[in-house]
Amino acid sequence: MKPFARSDRSVLGRWWWTIDRWTLFALAAIMGFGILLIQAATPAVAIKHGLDNFYFVERHLLMLVVAIFIIFGISLLTPRQIRLGALFGLLLFLPMLMLTPFIGTEIKGATRWIHLPGLSIQPSEFVKPLFAVTAAWLFSRQCEHKGFPALSVNIALWLLITIFLVMQPDIGMTVLTTAIWIGEFFLAGLPIITLAIFIGLGAGGLVVAYYTLPHFTSRMDRFLSHSGDTYQVDRALDAFMNGGLLGKGAGEGTVKMSIPDAHADFVFAVAGEELGFIWCLVIIGLFAFIVLRGFWRLRHEGNLFILLSTSGLLIEFGLQAIINMASTLHLMPAKGMTLPFISYGGSSLWALAIGMGMLLGLTRKRFGLHDV
Amino acid sequence: MKPWRKSKRQNNTRQPNLPGVFAAPAAQSRRLATPHDLALGVARGRLATAVALFALAFTIISGRVGFLTLFSEPGDSTSQHAQITDRTTGRVDITDRNGTVLATSLPTISLCADARKILDADEAERQLMKALPELDEKRLSNDLRNGKHCAMIKRHLTPKQYYEVNSLGIAGLEFQPDERRIYPAGNITAHVVGYTDIDNNGLAGVEKSMDSQLEEGTKPLALSIDLRLQSIMHSELSAAVDNFHALGGAGMIMDVRTGEVLAMVSLPDFDPQRPGTASDDARFNRDTLGVYEMGSTFKIFNTAMALDSGLIHVGDSFDTAHPIQVGHQFIKDYHPENRWLNVAEIFTHSSNIGAAHMAQRMGPARQRAFLGRLGLTEKAQIELPEVGAPLVPNARDWGEPTTMTVSFGHGIAVNAVQVVSAVAAIVNDGQPVHPTLLKKDSVPEANPNPVISARTSSLMRGLMRLVVTRGTAKAAEVNGYLIGGKTGTADKLSSNHKYDEHARLSSFIGAFPLNAPRYVVFALLDDPKGTTKTYGFATGGWTAAPVVSHVVSQMGPLMNMPPLDREMQAEAEKQVLRPLGPQIVDGMPIEEGSNYAAVESDSVQ
Repeated sequence: MKPFARSDRSVLGRWWWTIDRWTLFALAAIMGFGILLIQAATPAVAIKHGLDNFYFVERHLLMLVVAIFIIFGISLLTPRQIRLGALFGLLLFLPMLMLTPFIGTEIKGATRWIHLPGLSIQPSEFVKPLFAVTAAWLFSRQCEHKGFPALSVNIALWLLITIFLVMQPDIGMTVLTTAIWIGEFFLAGLPIITLAIFIGLGAGGLVVAYYTLPHFTSRMDRFLSHSGDTYQVDRALDAFMNGGLLGKGAGEGTVKMSIPDAHADFVFAVAGEELGFIWCLVIIGLFAFIVLRGFWRLRHEGNLFILLSTSGLLIEFGLQAIINMASTLHLMPAKGMTLPFISYGGSSLWALAIGMGMLLGLTRKRFGLHDV
Repeated sequence: MKPWRKSKRQNNTRQPNLPGVFAAPAAQSRRLATPHDLALGVARGRLATAVALFALAFTIISGRVGFLTLFSEPGDSTSQHAQITDRTTGRVDITDRNGTVLATSLPTISLCADARKILDADEAERQLMKALPELDEKRLSNDLRNGKHCAMIKRHLTPKQYYEVNSLGIAGLEFQPDERRIYPAGNITAHVVGYTDIDNNGLAGVEKSMDSQLEEGTKPLALSIDLRLQSIMHSELSAAVDNFHALGGAGMIMDVRTGEVLAMVSLPDFDPQRPGTASDDARFNRDTLGVYEMGSTFKIFNTAMALDSGLIHVGDSFDTAHPIQVGHQFIKDYHPENRWLNVAEIFTHSSNIGAAHMAQRMGPARQRAFLGRLGLTEKAQIELPEVGAPLVPNARDWGEPTTMTVSFGHGIAVNAVQVVSAVAAIVNDGQPVHPTLLKKDSVPEANPNPVISARTSSLMRGLMRLVVTRGTAKAAEVNGYLIGGKTGTADKLSSNHKYDEHARLSSFIGAFPLNAPRYVVFALLDDPKGTTKTYGFATGGWTAAPVVSHVVSQMGPLMNMPPLDREMQAEAEKQVLRPLGPQIVDGMPIEEGSNYAAVESDSVQ
């Protein structure tokens, strides 16, 4: 099936022939699994909240349609437009992030959400991809325009974001943004010794966080000693054990009845129970495919900004999936992080759509050397 | 060291080759390397690290999913918390040996109040008092107003109460799933099964001793008790307690082959649903917690010891004409024969003097060791928390005087479980018996170290039969079941440690069928009073023996044992008495029962 002829020089035609279609298909498959699992997991949650059975399903589909338009729209942009867009986006969301501790709503001991009329958003989710691209641009500028203090601006930007994330507090997001930033820095030529120092400082920071942030302390304690209220994780593990090789069948699981976050942070447990080992492998495989293929294609990339920003976005996407799955599987402490394009959650879904849109836009086939 | 400086230095060396795992396109390497190109080279090289790390992470996650889904069983890592929430009723049932439920958990509803959500406390209080008039008004008033998250108003509502309170529609009243222990057999099994507190923690009986098994188990716990036999024993013992105005009673049935307790009744008893309303005396288990001087019953052990030693034979005679002086006390027979009696006559007539002479010849060390082998000197091992330790003279004080009084069951106090287990071993070819309240699936293999020889056991069965046909326990006879046994009547120790001649314990321990022993049946009455029908006598032969007789006649058919007809009974009887020899059996006069009932009262003066 060829929707567009090779000779089609329209915007859509060019888009189709230059976009990374394999990544696009993998992404569509992940969204398909998401729809399936949200249909299975949310009716139980909806009933608990006294809502219509398919309230969450409808909302998810609606947000998914918006997300698809976001991905498509952004992937039409040129690398230069994406770079500028990310910069302006950051200028919009960074102040919101900074305001969150003061005007946000406290939920379970952390202030991460801003409630606007008709919409609640988590600014940190949007800051993540925009920061990944902006930081990559600053790293690439380091090498070219020596007059511009790119590194100092970059470090200042990272510190600013980190400080306001710790204030919320949101250690998971801090770790993720720092990992993106360090990852790009590493690719941009950060000496190994400096990297080691950064990792040491990061570990030290986590230790300090452990002793100063009660929210973080309790999560770590529950992971390390498996004591106290480990209810969600225990139920999640039970779900995988119930699932077996082929699962109990879509909609047949019981874990969604007992895990409050079954549709959000613990959606992978629903997959484990209802779809079983083989389909879980397929889901993991789709994430791995997008990330590893992305890096693989970069090996011939001739533009440093594109290499760094794409890497940053891949790290964000891949690491978020890994952290979510690993904490559901009790390989690491529980983190409030969604499974990309599968978990229910508006802010996170659109933020990821922005990231994925930029990724697809940046990796489109380009002919000739363009100044980006 | 900053990255771009590094590339600048590389630039100065004019090094055209870019480092990295991925090869750079040839077209670019031909150009002069700019700082941008050099940084790009580093970045391309380092991409491999990122790929490796991500591949590793995804592999670990896949492995973990595989391990959990394919090789783990649910519950491996589940905490207690999750398990409890999972179950509708947590504590498993207790059943009798045939699966009849003795204790079960009923899901119930409890009512609590969240004061912060109650809009009109006055109205709520008024309506609740109307629906549940038994509530304490003062406490309720406080609970509805004190702001506590969930103040318990009433545990375990009946379905009707639940309906009524629910239909009041008061906001802030919350119903919580709860669980309540129910005992269908009620007071009949009260001492064995025991009871729990309101939170289902075992407080007494099997509920306490097996608390963790009941809490964690998945299958009902089957006891050795047979509810049919328990019920028979309960009604017969109750009738005797009423008839003889006894303070209480104890009754047990044991399977001699397995040590399983088929019935265990202690009177007075109580309603396990409301243990708080019962007196201490009613909750006291006379089978296990009460230790008593058993009196003449101990002559079974004394005679078995003497015969098993090989030093005394059943035809050997002892002088019972003269009371024995021990210190400044005398051992006398209550109704003396005043002649020499052989071992069979001493046992059948229950002569204290004769028993003391036999024990004297055996000596204290042998006696202590023998009673020890029968488990009479150590605390009984049985699955109940309420077990009394026996009162046993310590080795230093166990001289000849002690040996003589112990021979007829004085100066040593044991519980009923110990006596029943010891007698079971004596009649069952000396096979040691381990009493248990849990159902056993099979008969244990023969123990190569019996407590007495099979030969001694057969002699003891003959002697016990003679007690019923010619001795003190004629009232125990049951046609067709070939029962034998021994009566015991002991003066109770009063609170000041002196014997009270007017308060006594009367008991009978029987075994049947003696030609192939299966069951030991025990009945004890605490301070029975004689009636006109018993000519004023209240000894074991008059009071406890009939209880055992009635129990055996009813349980026999239930246990698949039809009564033997006259000829078969005569044949079996011959077989049981044969080991004693014709001289012993024929030489024994058949006395009038009414006289003999009095003879067996033992006394130390």
